[in-house]
Amino acid sequence: MTDSSASSTYLPVGLPAPVPEPDGLSAPYWAGLREEKLRVQRCAHCHTWQFGPEWVCHGCRTFDPAWHEVAPRGRIFSWERVWHPSHPALAQATPYLVVLVELPHAGHVRMLGNLLGDPRQQIEMGAAVTGVFEHHADVATPYSLLQWRLST
Amino acid sequence: MTERTLRGQVAVVGVGESEYYRAGRAPDPEFKLLLKAVLAACRDADIDPADIDGFASFADDRNDAVRIATALGVKRLRSTTMQWGGGGGGCAAAVANGAAAIMSGMAQCVLVYRGLAQGQFGRFGQAAPRATISGDMAYQMPYGVLAPPQKFAMKVQRFMHEHGVRREALRAIALASYQHAQANPRAVMHGKPLSAEAYDASRWIVEPFRLFDCCMENDGAGALLLVAAERAKDFPHWPVYLLGAASGGDWRAAASPHNAPHYASANYSGVSSDLYRMARVSPADVGVVQSYENFTGGVAMALSEHGFFHPEEANDFLTPENLVAPSGKLPLNTSGGNLGECYVHGFELVIEAARQVRGESTSQAARHDVALVIGGPMVTPASSLLFGSEATL
Repeated sequence: MTDSSASSTYLPVGLPAPVPEPDGLSAPYWAGLREEKLRVQRCAHCHTWQFGPEWVCHGCRTFDPAWHEVAPRGRIFSWERVWHPSHPALAQATPYLVVLVELPHAGHVRMLGNLLGDPRQQIEMGAAVTGVFEHHADVATPYSLLQWRLST
Repeated sequence: MTERTLRGQVAVVGVGESEYYRAGRAPDPEFKLLLKAVLAACRDADIDPADIDGFASFADDRNDAVRIATALGVKRLRSTTMQWGGGGGGCAAAVANGAAAIMSGMAQCVLVYRGLAQGQFGRFGQAAPRATISGDMAYQMPYGVLAPPQKFAMKVQRFMHEHGVRREALRAIALASYQHAQANPRAVMHGKPLSAEAYDASRWIVEPFRLFDCCMENDGAGALLLVAAERAKDFPHWPVYLLGAASGGDWRAAASPHNAPHYASANYSGVSSDLYRMARVSPADVGVVQSYENFTGGVAMALSEHGFFHPEEANDFLTPENLVAPSGKLPLNTSGGNLGECYVHGFELVIEAARQVRGESTSQAARHDVALVIGGPMVTPASSLLFGSEATL
């Protein structure tokens, strides 16, 4: 990204803030990120991992799968480098990198995040990455994101 | 047991469209564009608009069937169906739903339609302004994955990685669409040819997509009319028969965010086998294909999942020579499609397939008795259909 304005976040402020649905389905996930904990659903009955969350386990149809804290590490499953901004807040922020990270120790569930560091770097499929919690506290609706950096 | 099938039971007897425009350039409101498309289809079929009694559309079309029926003085409104799901995944399913209404006696004459003037409402390439987001997009928007190019580039990148698909294969798809658009006076990109060099020099939108890998944003509308096969010869044009149709998605294909088990897929493996079974044809019988280009990479996936090549063969199959009419191995998007003709959520592709079977395309394929339409790839539900001439019944 080209914005160097002493920002502590990878992308500039102004993108939509993530909030739980009115029914609260994803509330434990977003609350977890604010506490620097990554939580993913795992069915207590059949042990199926599930992300994103749902009110029922897709494996055995038991309701209310439990939330498990998992280590924020994984592997790059896919990636993209964005050059054309689709939001006014990103007008000066391209290029930026988005990675799809797979968590082998949590049923291979996947989640999106930005890859910290040089946005023009070469990306290797399968590269190991470690999560970095990014807090957006100074906004109307405080929230936290999970970003990624290459593991050392 | 009686076979339950749409094969040969329903025919397209009229097609029509509005003029096509760049987004924001249409002089008419979206609803008026749609009415012009409907009336063009009625003229083509020599059908009195008052005799339409069924309506079918997709992608939450803003142009309500009841408003159209009221505006056109429809005498007796019967079937109204809307295919679930956004985007162009439903462009073939809407035809199937209309055909099913006729087969089941719920309607006699069904209008299938799509009106889409992006210049008058939100553009798909830009996220609507909003302070908060929840659900599927909450896991994406804060990371800058806001609009379709960013959502689908991730899938295509994985597909290219798994199967060694090169950018030249995607380029061939764009070049074929643009070449066909040069022969089509309706096409927004008519008179604007694309060279391989211009494609290569175009700017990145999101890697692996360059500008010309992405569909246009347009103002336009399309319509077609269906009747039962036994009436199909009462109209001016050669009937175009529906040979088969299928829609849906693979197991947990829509698991959010980006958690589909078979991720690097256009979501057509189950749909295509249902389609070919109903139509009783194989990929080798298909003479010409219209395959929805939200992005060229989705076309590569969708064609392979409809059995034209294995993904590992994509680089050999997807060449400009193979994809252009009249005599390429598989003429593709012969009106210019979403890249070159007009982005009407793929409905212009359905119309073009009907014109191919009639022999009235501006880029007529040598083999056109069996024409395939593949709806929006990588979305759920997806859909595809096969049209055929009388000789295929």
